[in-house]
Amino acid sequence: MTDMLTKPRPIRLKGRSFLALALSPELPFEDWLARLDDLAARSAGFFLRRPVVLDVEGLDIDKTELRGLVDQLKTRNVRIMGIEGARPSLLGSDLPPAMSDGRPASDFPASDFEAPAAGESAKPGIAASNASPEPLPSAAKPSIIITEPVRSGQSLFFPEGDVTVVGSVASGAEIVAGGSIHVYGTLRGRAMAGTTGNPGARIFCSRLEAELIAIDGFYKTAEDMEPDLRGKTVQIWLEGETIRTGALA
Amino acid sequence: MGKVIVVTSGKGGVGKTTSTAALGAALAQNGDKVVVVDFDVGLRNLDLVMGAERRVVYDFVNVIQGEAKLPQALIRDKRVETLYLLPASQTRDKDNLTPEGVEKVMASLKKAFDWVVCDSPAGIERGATLAMRHADVAIVVTNPEVSSVRDSDRIIGLLDSKTLKAEKGERMEKHLLLTRYDPARAERGDMLKVDDVLEILSIPLLGIIPESMDVLRASNIGSPVTLANGDSTPARAYFDAVRRLKGEDLPLVVPGEKRGFFGKFFGRKAA
Repeated sequence: MTDMLTKPRPIRLKGRSFLALALSPELPFEDWLARLDDLAARSAGFFLRRPVVLDVEGLDIDKTELRGLVDQLKTRNVRIMGIEGARPSLLGSDLPPAMSDGRPASDFPASDFEAPAAGESAKPGIAASNASPEPLPSAAKPSIIITEPVRSGQSLFFPEGDVTVVGSVASGAEIVAGGSIHVYGTLRGRAMAGTTGNPGARIFCSRLEAELIAIDGFYKTAEDMEPDLRGKTVQIWLEGETIRTGALA
Repeated sequence: MGKVIVVTSGKGGVGKTTSTAALGAALAQNGDKVVVVDFDVGLRNLDLVMGAERRVVYDFVNVIQGEAKLPQALIRDKRVETLYLLPASQTRDKDNLTPEGVEKVMASLKKAFDWVVCDSPAGIERGATLAMRHADVAIVVTNPEVSSVRDSDRIIGLLDSKTLKAEKGERMEKHLLLTRYDPARAERGDMLKVDDVLEILSIPLLGIIPESMDVLRASNIGSPVTLANGDSTPARAYFDAVRRLKGEDLPLVVPGEKRGFFGKFFGRKAA
């Protein structure tokens, strides 16, 4: 053991930014958990292996309630990697660490936080999360455009907003978007729109050959789709709890 | 500096090894210095198709592990003197291919040859990813059927992410080689159409090799089809593919769409 420790090999520490799903629970927790169970029942494995951050900004709760909620989520196989927007008094060593998204959280003094943030912004890994020190209420919704075909086995996960693909999405490929999905080619794989709780999201494609489509957790497999819309230019939207498909001109 | 070509497909049995041998021989017949490299450690076949199975002394793994020098492992073809083979080991497994070892061997081959043609094993594991890693050009071998096309699509995705070229932010040159194309079955609608395959994979088409007894016969006598019977239809398709690979703009005819002579010809062959 001591032999291992004395070897002069430096430990590597790197700053990196990752994408995670942020869950925003609402009070009372019992009702919110019931709705979460409902979502999980409809799209099994949705949270499986996905990094999840709990956003408790603006919630009037104490440490015991927060601990209770984290435990409740744990029994549902939702593992929380961090907590956002929590007062330091809410957190303890037995709870996931605080995450700040580069912005000062409620009862942090702003000046304490800004100094290291400015110094670190030169590092490329952290720069992205420090880009907006204050939340801008009027900021445009983010979107990404993919100009290449999405190949079988590739998974595109963009919970922030809309995804536009100029090309086709292959059988066995997957697009998960927080907003709408636009495919200017053939959609053969899976498309899941509005996954972060946006029933207004839609899916558009020049040719529908999809294996699975989903909006806000409601899904339809290829077998359940109207056969006469296969191969057509369509849009897909949610009406209540029903997925509707309509031809586009 | 030579060019490294990887012949890959994802799915097995589509004609990677046959195509590697045929393209390698066709390139060498034009006078270029060519080496064909078998990456299928543990399941080697390229030596058989090249007719060199009884001349293998040292192999790729011996070179990587320092048991032999590279020139000792290279086997010169008896028919075309600018064509060489680097055989894979049959007794080891793919873990013996180390990234550093492969990199070294590829660097020396690139210096000595105009073309390094790598025959990738099936699958997307170590052997396949190492075979594509150092490539400048990829030839994706696909049969006109759904499972082969989807596997090829997966491989194209890997070519765009897991290769040295992709990691440097450069674009990998990719070509589609449609093999085992059966005009009789295509006419009956039992196979995917050429246009459908091209639409799904959206990479340029290098050639269409018809399903033919000539290919089978050539493999059995241990000769690339371009050497065994240079006038046969598959051999001519491989020669054309090589000319397109070198940048020539040749018109491409889908076998069987030219009725009459071709129709009769293939009708007999398919029976």
